[in-house]
Amino acid sequence: MRRLAPVIAIAVLALGVYVGFRMRRQHSATASISSLPVAPASTKVSGGSSDLPPAPELSLTDLNGRVLGPSSFKGKVVLVNFWAAWCGPCAEEVPQFIALQKKYQDQGLQVIGVSIDDDPEVLRRFYRKYQMNYPVVPGDPKLSDAFGGVLGLPTTFVIGRDNRIHGKHLGATDFPAINHEVVELLHSPKS
Amino acid sequence: MNPENFVSRSLILRLSLLAALFAAMTFASAQTSAQRAKSADVLPAGSAQVIQPQELAQALKGADAQKPVVLYVGPKTFFMQAHIPGAEFIGPVSKPEGMEKLRARAASLSKNGPVVIYCGCCPWDHCPNIRPAFAELKKAGFTRVRVLYLATSFGANWAEKGLPVAKGE
Repeated sequence: MRRLAPVIAIAVLALGVYVGFRMRRQHSATASISSLPVAPASTKVSGGSSDLPPAPELSLTDLNGRVLGPSSFKGKVVLVNFWAAWCGPCAEEVPQFIALQKKYQDQGLQVIGVSIDDDPEVLRRFYRKYQMNYPVVPGDPKLSDAFGGVLGLPTTFVIGRDNRIHGKHLGATDFPAINHEVVELLHSPKS
Repeated sequence: MNPENFVSRSLILRLSLLAALFAAMTFASAQTSAQRAKSADVLPAGSAQVIQPQELAQALKGADAQKPVVLYVGPKTFFMQAHIPGAEFIGPVSKPEGMEKLRARAASLSKNGPVVIYCGCCPWDHCPNIRPAFAELKKAGFTRVRVLYLATSFGANWAEKGLPVAKGE
């Protein structure tokens, strides 16, 4: 029996790998025939800084009752992420926004989460569970309108130190691209 | 105990634990993938139950008798900003009150008339509203119900394509 044990262990390992890969392969085959690609849409606004649309003047109150006026964001690079705890892909992105905030906060990055149609208690639980390190504010049509309309989640706006909107990401966030934009903007002058 | 036996037993134990852990992780990951595939399968994007934005926009230009009833089953905040002209607000059917409202509205509609459901709150495969709404209307006996295909969102696949929108209630 003792001699058989390594063989059994290796057989279990091989079976696990086989079952896993087989199910994954089935999944990719199904996905390729049943869904059209869901491509994220990103807009990087080009042109000189003065051609870029100005960001709205933000005056917000977060989940914890903290008031965030325009002075809280002055001279910073700000990512405004419209999301919801009920929106699967939005919730999956939260750890990556947390990582961005942690990585670049000392250089002047501020992430803001604008939650859409979340139950306040569910939102608070989510905030605590993920130990979110950036403010989350409840959204409304007025705030969405201030950004020219937000008609789907997730949507993320990239605001530069010059308080102008440099980018808009619709759908699943392309984090390598947004990371690149953030680094570029953090190194740009304030106006 | 013979030291060789001890080393061998310890190695076997570690190998077995590693194998079991790996198998469990692979199985869990495969289950998640399978669940996602199942969710996408309910309404395949290219199927007859799905209508493309241009086709719906065209259908809404037709005579009143031919126009489908368009029901919006997503959050109000998006509807207030922009919606398909003539669409009726139902609300998110992933919530019980939204589902109740859908049932109430369905009770007053002809089951043989064309009905289009749409949401566009988030990417197609992840929308929590369109599949339950579609299933509910099919269960109620609607024969010509279709879902508007919005791959990314209502904004990206309808409004930003220049298709008509209305604001407010």
